[in-house]
Parts: sequence; structure tokens; C-alpha cells
Amino acid sequence: MSAASQSAHAADHEEDVKGHGDQSGHGSLKGYVTGFVLSVILTAIPFWLVMGDVLGNPRLTGLVIMGFGVVQIVVHMIYFLHMNTKSEGGWTILALIFTLTLVVITLTGSVWVMYHLNTNMMPMTPTSLHQHH
Amino acid sequence: MFANLDLQKLVFGRLTLEAIPYHEPILLVTFIGVAIGGVGLLGLITYMRWWGPLWRDWFTSVDHKKIGIMYVVLALVMLLRGFSDALLMRSQQAMAFGANEGYLPPHHYDQIFTAHGVIMIFFVAMPLVTGLMNFVVPLQIGARDVSFPFLNNFSFWMTVSGAATIMASLFVGEFARTGWLAYPPLSGPAGSPGVGVDYYIWGLQIAGIGTLLSGINLIATIVKMRAPGMTMMKMPIFTWTALCTNILIVAAFPILTAVLALLSLDRYVGTHFFSNDLGGNPMMYVNLIWIWGHPEVYILILPAFGVFSEIVSTFSGKRLFGYASMVYATVVITILSYLVWLHHFFTMGSGASVNSFFGITTMIISIPTGAKLFNWLFTMYKGRIRFEEPMLWAIGFMVTFTIGGMTGVLLAVPPADFVLHNSLFLIAHFHNVIIGGVLFGMLAGITYWFPKAFGFRLDPFWGKMSFWFWLTGFYFAFMPLYVLGLMGVTRRVQHFDDPSLQIWFIIAAFGAGLIALGILSFIIQLVVSFMRREALRDHTGDPWGGRTLEWSTSSPPPDYNFAFTPVIHDHDAWSDMKRRGYARPLKGFRPIHMPKNTGTGMILGILSIGFSFGMIWYIWWLAALTFIAMAVVAIGHTFNYNRDFYISADAVIGTETERTRLLEGRV
Amino acid sequence: MASHSPTLAKDGEAPSFYMEEDHHPEGGTMLGFWIYLMSDCLIFAALFATYAVLGRNYAAGPSPKDLFDLPLVALNTSMLLFSSITYGFAMLEMAKGEQRRMQLWLGVTGLFGLAFIGLELYEFAHLIHEGAGPQRSAFLSSFFTLVGTHGLHVTLGLVWLIVLMVQTEKKGLIPENQRRLQCLSMFWHFLDVIWIGVFTFVYLMGVLQ
Repeated sequence: MSAASQSAHAADHEEDVKGHGDQSGHGSLKGYVTGFVLSVILTAIPFWLVMGDVLGNPRLTGLVIMGFGVVQIVVHMIYFLHMNTKSEGGWTILALIFTLTLVVITLTGSVWVMYHLNTNMMPMTPTSLHQHH
Repeated sequence: MFANLDLQKLVFGRLTLEAIPYHEPILLVTFIGVAIGGVGLLGLITYMRWWGPLWRDWFTSVDHKKIGIMYVVLALVMLLRGFSDALLMRSQQAMAFGANEGYLPPHHYDQIFTAHGVIMIFFVAMPLVTGLMNFVVPLQIGARDVSFPFLNNFSFWMTVSGAATIMASLFVGEFARTGWLAYPPLSGPAGSPGVGVDYYIWGLQIAGIGTLLSGINLIATIVKMRAPGMTMMKMPIFTWTALCTNILIVAAFPILTAVLALLSLDRYVGTHFFSNDLGGNPMMYVNLIWIWGHPEVYILILPAFGVFSEIVSTFSGKRLFGYASMVYATVVITILSYLVWLHHFFTMGSGASVNSFFGITTMIISIPTGAKLFNWLFTMYKGRIRFEEPMLWAIGFMVTFTIGGMTGVLLAVPPADFVLHNSLFLIAHFHNVIIGGVLFGMLAGITYWFPKAFGFRLDPFWGKMSFWFWLTGFYFAFMPLYVLGLMGVTRRVQHFDDPSLQIWFIIAAFGAGLIALGILSFIIQLVVSFMRREALRDHTGDPWGGRTLEWSTSSPPPDYNFAFTPVIHDHDAWSDMKRRGYARPLKGFRPIHMPKNTGTGMILGILSIGFSFGMIWYIWWLAALTFIAMAVVAIGHTFNYNRDFYISADAVIGTETERTRLLEGRV
Repeated sequence: MASHSPTLAKDGEAPSFYMEEDHHPEGGTMLGFWIYLMSDCLIFAALFATYAVLGRNYAAGPSPKDLFDLPLVALNTSMLLFSSITYGFAMLEMAKGEQRRMQLWLGVTGLFGLAFIGLELYEFAHLIHEGAGPQRSAFLSSFFTLVGTHGLHVTLGLVWLIVLMVQTEKKGLIPENQRRLQCLSMFWHFLDVIWIGVFTFVYLMGVLQ
């Protein structure tokens, strides 16, 4: 390959990378710091809630920390993965929504199906009751 | 003595001479046949000095067209293996009644039906679909290659490695005796202590990597590399179905990878995911594997729908009726295919609420599918239909697939499924949709695009022979199974006591014989077409009066596909170009930027065979060594930044002038 | 076939049917890699689903409450969080073309990643030593597999990080290397997202039971 064509080729790619840089962005210092601070807060609170048994109600605590988890995932998506509706012509967000839908189907579907299976097919004997508690 | 045994274990793992099945006459004869054939083939290649061209032009090629063709060749070779298994089963079941035990002992019969299913789905249907998409999609969207050409080559070799691993089980050790989805606890360490299930796991895991990567590759290609002007709603319908299929591949195969990994952990490490003790739950395996398994069905059938859409429209000389509704139907099927998996195990016992939900979603899928059938019929309506061979397949498909679809809706009713579950009715149903849908679709596609790939048409006479043998053979082979299924005969049975059933099995075996003639006719067709290639030659690049972009370039297309990137104004782009007076450019050619060939994909593929062989036979040093070698080769590959070259303008001018000469020669 | 030959022009003027200049389709690497991450996400979905279904089958063995050491998990989480922001700093330096400082930040990221893996291995060794290995119960099988798969991904990320640091050292911040570093950035932050799921769903929820 001649030097000329190599540099031409390199130029192609430069354009390529820049194009993406403009679309998805490298983020900014402010963005990363904001994301980090939010993450620290959103991580610290759930640990505190569980380790300190602050709410005194496991079910409520569970729901709250799940909520914090979801919020933190969104924070990471925005500030660290630079998700927005425009990057790659909207295809990344579309792929993400599709994937999340499937994740939800896989998780809730499996739990639902297997829960009903267990209640129907494994009547609780004293020993298994003990084991399941 | 003990030390010797230890050393042997260290070197050979659990591989002993006993693993070579020299005491099984059927396998021995097969082995001798394969060995003679193989040595003969290698000798021929050596004698003809074909190794160089094979390596340079094919094995290391990153050209999507060549990779697509190699996928199809792999699939056809594996079809012969998978179909031999089918003939063995049909003949065994036709004779094994009463005192006659047939000629296949249960442990052999069980391996055969497992191998048949695994090979037909993973190494025949999947490579056919992937191969066809690989060949056609870039041409249809006016691209010069796929997004990641090296990855494409690598994916192909991983599929080959998976196939080779499965094939090795025929002569070294044994294959799984579990059925094609290897349900635990039968496939667990206690139920199947031998190497059969390990062959199954590693063959599928390795091929699965290839499938997943080629899925990612084709999605990126379709999204990023469409010619200017080709908006989503101007994409050819085959490309649309290819996009949806690849989305399904990327979304479903990870689940298969995960669930097989969990099964391997149960087998290798002694975890308790799917065991019956210590909290494991075998039904979780069934649940997970069908979350992959149902989308897999649509991975196979959607491209066939795409092929038929192209063919029906081309051979009716009309635009596809209801293009937009076809697209929406495809997308709806893509999403719905994720909501029906439980219909594969209604009888598991999840109860009425769960079963009703999945029964209803299953029935809903028939709506978009029905819409597609009506679209094809309306496309034919008032069209000037040419009953050439691809069109015959299309019509055979429409009739056969509709029957299969209706029995499917029947099975979607949970109470009916309680009666028909695991019966031969189910076997008849899914062969009805897979042969009548996927296989007919792929054979139609091969016939349709063959002239594009090789520059000459397939011989129509032997093609029609093949079609009629396949069609009648299918009905003879599977209609009796519907009857038997309704009478309560279950699948995977090696011997029967009730002699009144035998006649149905004999009819089915006769049908399998007809299909064998269909396959034979197909092979004869390939040979005859090659011999008569000058008479069947097509210089226009457009032998059928095609409507989409692939027919605008020469047959076979040049390495760069299109000398100039086409600009699209309509979804039947080539039809539009012909209608509005497109003039082929004759000057202004420029150098074309192309990816370089590389042998890395094949090297990784070969190493992965060594790795899986080591894992299967517990030859840990081999597994470790090949694993490290793969990592080194893969990382080493990333240090090569010099991966492309330019086809000079002179070379392009040469190719294009030759085409001009051929086109003028015709007029 | 003559009727198909391109002669008739019915709709008036023929528009342009091809580009005379070179066509540069957009690079698909970023999108392709994103799609790979989505597929990886579904592998984790299957493992999470397995944990959700089997995670309470203790088989009369230890339960999360007996086993999990939350301060250790908090420490581990912070390692991953720190590595995320340091990778972010590396990307900012890359955008500015500061190769030396970028390499420095990448090195720091690698050390945090190594610390994370070290702590996780320590935790695993401790559990196995206590007789709570993956063979003990379905709960422990799914716990080890889910957390271990994440750890394996981080390990892979570390190998990749080292390879890219070497490649940047050899070739500089050429476009190919920048693209690769961006892919690894996505991979690294993606693993962080998965870890949020792990510490919330496995560790914190586990201790709550």
C-alpha cells in the first residue's frame, strides 16, 4: 500500500471517529464529576439503609433500594455511557429499549413461570417448607 | 501400572481406544466410506493444485459473497449427514415391530435422533439462512461488503468448527442421547456421564459465537451501509427480514450461551442449577432454553418469508402487495416471538393462568403470518405469473406452510397440547413448517440467486424433479405422522409392539425415500448445470427480470460489487432504474477501497476445535494450550493495522469494460 | 428478456442513479459494539433470572445473611466506581490529545480494576474455605456464577486495557486506537451498570431476606 493511500485512508477514519465524537461525545469533566457524585450518593444510601436497618421493614427497604438501583443505572447511562436519543441516529437508544424490554420479559417471565410451577407441582411438605424459608 | 494409568490420564484424559467404535459395523462402514472419500478429495485437491487457490480465494476471503457461498456449501454437506440420520430412523421405525428389533439398538437410535435435530437446526438451517443473508444483503443495499469483513470470516470458521466437533463424535466416542435440546437431569452429570453431551455443548457454544457475531455484523451492515436514498421503508423486503432475523439472533443466542454454560458448570464443576438435589431445578433449564428456542424458530423462518416475498413479486412481474404491512408484520412477529416460549412446555404444570397467557400470545402470532400469506396471494393476483422453478417452491411453500401453521394453532390450545405433547403430531407439525417453510425457502433462494453467484442458471428439469420429489415426499413422510400422533404415538421411540401401526411407518419411510430422490435430483441438478454452464450462461446479470439492486450488477458480481455506489429512489430500486432509463456508467472509474484477506479466522477456528476436543475428553493440557494460543492469535491480530488495500482504477476499468463487451454481445 | 432491458423512460427525466464521487458509509464499529453489549446484557439477564429463581434454594445450607460481608462489598463497589471516573478522565485526556496523561489515567483505572478483582477473589476464597462453595446449593451455584461472570468480564477488560495501552504506546493516538479506547470505555462503564444490579439485587436484597 502506498504512503499516499495510507494517509488518505487514515483521513477517512479520522473523519469517521470525529463524526462519532460529535454524535456520542466524549463527555465533559463536569459530566463525569456529576455522574460520579450522583453515583456515590446513590450507592451510599442503599448500603446505609440495609446496613443500618434504617427503615425497619425489609420489604419496603427492598423496594427503595431497587428504586435507587434503577436511578443509578440511568445516571450511569447518561453521564458515563453518554446515552441520548441522537447518538448513531437513534439506533443505540432503540437497541437499548428493545434489550431492556427483553431483560424484563426474561426476568419477570421466568420468575412468574417458575413460581407458578413450584406452587402447583411442589406442595409444601414440612421439610421443604423448612428448606424454603 | 498405576503410574502408567496416571500418565495416560494426563496425556489422553478419558480418551481410550474403546472410544473408537470399531465394534459397531454401521459406524465402521461409514467411517471407512468417509475416510476413503476424504482421502480421495484431499488427493484430488492436491493433484489439481487447488490448495493455493482455495486458501487465497476462499478460506481467507473476507468477501461476503464467498463467505455466503461457503456457508451454503457447509449446510449442504451437513444436510447429507442430517438426512442420513433421518433415513436411518425412518427405516428403523418401519421395521421394528413385535419380534423384529430392527437394526439400531436404543443407545444408537437415541444418538441418531439427537444428532438429526442438532445438525438440521444448527448446521443446516442456520448456515443456509446466514449464508443467504451474507450473500444477498450487501448486494441488495448497494454496499461493497459487510461492516466487519474479518469478523464475517471468523464467524464462518467458528460455525465450521462447531460442525466439525459434532461430526467428530461420530467416530470418536459418542453423541448425546438426550434429544436435540439436552434436557436435564438426563443431560446432567449423573444422567449422561459420557462425552455425548459434552460434544453437544461445545459444538453449539463454538458455533453460537459465530452465529452471534455474524448477527451483530449484519445488523451494523444494514443500519450503516445502505446506499444513499435507501430509507428504512425503501429497503428490499428480504433485507428487512434479514434485519429482524439478526436482531433476533443477537437477542436470543446469548440466552442459549448462558444456559449451556450453566449446564456445563453442572457437568464440569458440580454446581446445582439443574440437578434434582440441593435446590437445583431442571425445569429452569427448559424455561431458559425455550426463551432462546422460540425466537430461533423465527430466526429460521423470517428469511424464508423474505425470499418468498422477493420471488413472488419478481415472478408475478408486480410490486409486492402491501409492502408496508409486510414490514410491520415482520416487526410484530419479531417482538411477539419473545412472548410465547412457554407453549413448548404447557404440560410442565405452571397452571391455567400461565398457560392461557402463552396460548393466546401464540395464537396472536398467526395474525401477522396470515397477513403475509394474503400479501403474497394478492401480489400474484392479476400478475403475469411465470412458473419457473423458484416460483414453484414458493407455491409449494404457501400450501404446505399453511397446513403447518394451522396444526400449530391447534397445538397452541393448551388442553389440546396436553393430548398431543411429545407425540408424533408435534413432530409432523414442526417438520411441516421447517421443511415446508425454511427448507423450501432456502432451496428457492438458492435457485433464485444461484445465477447471481455463479453466472449461470441451474438446470430447470432437474430442479423441477427435485421440487416434485421434495413436495410429494414431504406429504408421504409426514402426513402419516399426524395420524399416528393423534392416535397417541410418542416421539423418540425405537421399537413398537402394536403391528396395526406399522403401515403408517412404512408410508412415512416411503416418503423419506422420495425426499432422498429429491436431494439426489438436487445434486444431479448441480452437476448437470455445471456441465451445461455455457448453455445456461447469463451475461445480463438479470436473468429473472429482477426488481432489487443485486440484479443491477454483473453475475457473478465483481469483488467490489458496484463500481459506483447506487442512489435509490424506490424500494424496487432496480425495477425503478430500468423503468426510468438508467444508463450504466462507462467512465469516471476510481480506485476502490477494500479489506484485505486474512487467515486469522481459520486459524482461530482450527484452534477452537482443539480446545473443545480437550474439554470434551478432559485433556486439560490441550484445552489450556489451544485456549492460550487462541488468545495470542486474537490479540496478535489486533496489532495488524494494515488491513485494507485499493483496487486500482485500471483494474476497475478492465472489469467494467469486459462487462460492457458481454452486455453488447447479447443485444 | 428483452422487455426488461433498460430503455424505456416513462416518468420523464431520469434522476441520478449512482454517485460519481467516493461513497463513505459511516463506520459501524460503535454501533456494532453497542449491539454486542446489548447481547452481553442478555447473558446477564439469564444469569439474574437464574439467581432470581434459584437464589433462595439454600438446601439447608448457609443463606446470604450468613455469608455476605457488606463492608467488603461496599469497598469493592467503590473500587469499580473510582475506576469508572478515572476511565472517564482518560477519555477526556484522549479528546485533548494528551497521550501521556491518558496512559496515566488508564493505568490508574487498571489498578482499581485489579483491586476489584483481588477483593472478589478474596471473597470467593473465603466462602469456599467456609464450605460455602458453588457446589453447596443452588443459591451458591447461581451466586458464584453471576458474580463470577461479571468478574470474568472485568478481567477481560483488564487484559484489553493492557493491550490498548501497549498499542497506544506503539502507534500513538491514531484514529483506530481512539476508536478502540472508546469501545473499551463503553465496555467498562457497561460492567459498572451490571455491578449496580449485582450489589443491589444479590448482596443488599440478599441480606434483607
